[in-house]
Amino acid sequence: MSNKWAIALYVLPALVLILGLIYIPIAMTGYYGLTEWNGIGAQKWIGFDNYSALLQDSVFWKSALHSLLLAAFSCVSLLLYLIVALILSGRIKGANLLRKIYLIPMLLSSVAIAQLWLKIFHPTNGVLNSVLVSLGFDNPPAWLADTSLVLYAIFIPILWQYAGFYILIYYAALKNIPSSLEEAARIDGANAWQIAFRVKLPLIMEVIKVTIVLAFVGSLKYFDLIYVMTDGGPNNSSEVIASYMYHKAFKAFDFGYGSAVGFFLLVVCLVATWLIRRATATKDSIQYS
Amino acid sequence: MNKKAIAPIMLVTGLSVALAGCGGGSDNGNASPSASSAGSSSASASASAPASSPASSDKKVTINMMHLWPEGSSAQQNKIVNQIIKEYQDEHPNVTIKQEVLENEQYKSKMKVLSASNKLPDVGMTWAAGYLQPFVEGNLFAPVDDLLQGELKDKFVSGTTEAYAINGKTYALPLEFNITPVYYNKKIFEKYNLKAPTTYAEFQEVVKTLTQNGVAPIALGNKDRWTGSLWYMYLADRIAGSQTLADAITGKVSFKDAGLVQAAKEVQTLVDENAFNKGFNGLSNDEGKSEFLNGKAAMYMMGTWELPNFTTNQDIPQEFRDSVGFFKFPTVDGGKGNIDSWVGGPGVGLFVAENSAVKEEAKSFVEYFVKRWGEQSVTDAGVIPATKVDTASIQLPQLYIDLLNEMNKATSITLFADVQMKASAAETHLNQIQALFGKAVTPDQFADEHDKAIAAGQ
Repeated sequence: MSNKWAIALYVLPALVLILGLIYIPIAMTGYYGLTEWNGIGAQKWIGFDNYSALLQDSVFWKSALHSLLLAAFSCVSLLLYLIVALILSGRIKGANLLRKIYLIPMLLSSVAIAQLWLKIFHPTNGVLNSVLVSLGFDNPPAWLADTSLVLYAIFIPILWQYAGFYILIYYAALKNIPSSLEEAARIDGANAWQIAFRVKLPLIMEVIKVTIVLAFVGSLKYFDLIYVMTDGGPNNSSEVIASYMYHKAFKAFDFGYGSAVGFFLLVVCLVATWLIRRATATKDSIQYS
Repeated sequence: MNKKAIAPIMLVTGLSVALAGCGGGSDNGNASPSASSAGSSSASASASAPASSPASSDKKVTINMMHLWPEGSSAQQNKIVNQIIKEYQDEHPNVTIKQEVLENEQYKSKMKVLSASNKLPDVGMTWAAGYLQPFVEGNLFAPVDDLLQGELKDKFVSGTTEAYAINGKTYALPLEFNITPVYYNKKIFEKYNLKAPTTYAEFQEVVKTLTQNGVAPIALGNKDRWTGSLWYMYLADRIAGSQTLADAITGKVSFKDAGLVQAAKEVQTLVDENAFNKGFNGLSNDEGKSEFLNGKAAMYMMGTWELPNFTTNQDIPQEFRDSVGFFKFPTVDGGKGNIDSWVGGPGVGLFVAENSAVKEEAKSFVEYFVKRWGEQSVTDAGVIPATKVDTASIQLPQLYIDLLNEMNKATSITLFADVQMKASAAETHLNQIQALFGKAVTPDQFADEHDKAIAAGQ
C-alpha cells in the first residue's frame, strides 16, 4: 500500500502539469478543430469541414512546403555541426573558447536574434547590404522583402541559432568515446579520416539519430523567429504551418480553422517522428568496448 | 488501494488545477489593492481608505483597465493615462485602477484570448465597426448609451460615436479621431525645387524628380500591411469616388468596378516607378517611418496620431520637426474623388465589459476618462480627440491647427478598410494589399479575392 501511494505522490505533480498543460489542451484543440468558432461566440459543430477546407487551401500547402524545406535544411545543417564538433573534439588549440563562442547564440532569446538579423538584413542600412554595396554590387537584393529569397534568408539565422546546441551535443558524445579506442586505431595505422568515420561516428550513431528527430520535428513546428522577422510575409512566402495557424486563429478570428491546422501539425510531427525512428532503426547498436 | 482507483483521483486533481490556473484573477471585484501591477504607482493610494464603512459609495473597488499605449512607443499618451488615473483615484479614494499595458499587435491578440475565456478587463480599448462586431455578438461589451445622455452629451464630434454603434446601441466611447495626410519633408522639397502637389500628375512629377536624385520619395513599412492599404484607399477614393469605395467595402459594389481596378493598377505603377523605399514589403511601419524621420525619404502617409512626433516630441530634433509639412492626397485627373475627402475616422475607444463585477463604477470612470482625455490630449499629447476641441483658448502647434481645420472642412471621411471589414475579410484585404504591392497578384485578381472574401463574410 505505502509503496503505491508513494509512487502516486511522486508522479502526481508532473502528471498534473503534463495533463493540464499538454494533453488536455491537445484534446481541446482537436475538438475545436471540428467546430466553427470565432473565439468568442457559440461553437458550431461542423465535423470535418475544416479539414476538407484545409486540404484545398493553397496557402496551407505552401506553408507546409516551407516547413518541410526548413526541416530538410535543418537536417542537412546537422552535418555541418557534426564536422565542427569533430574538429573541436580533436586536439586543436582554443577548442574550449570556440565551443563557448558557438554556444552564445543559444543563450540569446529568439526575439533578440530576430531583431539582430533584422538589422543585418535591412535593405538600405543593413550590414549585409552595406558590405555588398562597398564591394561593388549596385543593386543588392532586399532580402526579407524579396519573395524568392526571404525563406532562405531566414534559414541563416536559424542555422546560426541552433549551432551551439547541436555542436554541444555532438561534442559531449564524442568526448565520451574512450581515448583507448582512438589510440588503438592509430597504432593499427588508421588516418584521421578513418578514425572519424570508422571509429567515432558509428559510436555516436544513437546520438545522431536523436538529433535528426529533434531537428526535423523542431523545424516542423518552428515559429518564433519567423513571426518576429517577417510574420510569414511578404505574400505568405515565408509562412510556415505554425505561423499560418497563428494567423488563422488570432488574426482572422477563425479559431476552429486555426485549431484544425494545429491538430494537423501535431499529427504530421508524430508521423514524422515515427517514420524517422523507423528509417534509422538498426537491430544492434555498435559497441567496441 | 488499486491502480484503477488512483487514476480518476489524479485526473480530477489535474483538471481542477488546470482550471484554477485558467481562472486566476477572475473575481477582481474585491481583490486587495496591494497587488497593483507595474505602471500604476499610485494604485495603493486608496489602501488607507476606511474598509469597514458600510455605505456602498465607500466600498473598495478595483477597476482593471487594459490599454495599448506603452511608455516607450506612445510616451505622451501613456503619461496622460497615468495622470488621469491618479486624479480619478484622488477624487475617489475608494477606487483603485489597475493598468495592463500592451503594444498594439499584442493587445489585439490578448483581447482575443481573454474573450475566449470571458475574462475581459473591466475597462479596455477597442476599435470600431468590423473589429467590434464579434465582441458585441458574443455579448461581451456593455452598451454605454446612458453615458452619451449625461455629461458627455453633444461633446463628441459628429460621426465618431456612430462608428461604435451596432443595432442602435453604442458599445464604446471613442478617444481619438484621425485623418490621414501625406507628411513631407520641406527641406528635401526645397532642395529639388518641388512644391506640394495638388494633382496626381504633379505628384508623379515629384516622385520622378526625387528618384532621379536618388532620394526615396515615399517612406512605407508594408510588413504591417494596413500602411499600404492607406495608399490604395486614397487612390480608390480619388479615382472611383468615396461612395464607390465605401460601397465596395460593405459589399454593395464589386471591387471589379473600373475605378477600383484602376486604383490597384496605379499602386503597381507607383511600385514600378520606385516611388516607395527599397524593401518596403519586409519593413514594419516603425522601420518605414524611420526612413522619413532620418531624412532619407521625402514623404510619409500616416494618421494624425503621428502628430506629436512632428510637433511636441522632444526626442525628435527640433530641426526635423520644423521641416515637416503636409498635403492632402492629390486629385486624379478625370477621377470622381474630392480633395477634401479623407481616409481616417475614430481610432480606439473605451469599452466596459458586460460581465464586469464593477460595471457602474467602470462606467463612471470611462465617462471621467473621456472628458479629461478630451482636455488633456490636445495640450499635452498633441493628438486629436474625438471630443470637440476649442482651439481659440489654447496655444497649439500650427501643424495641429491646420490639420484640425482640414478635418472640420472634410466632405467625407472613409474609415480604414481593415477596421471596417469583418476579421476574416480584413485579413484577406491586408494580404492582398501586400501581394498587390509586391506584384504577386494582378489588379483583377486583387479585385476577385476581395469580392470573394467579402461575400463569404455575409
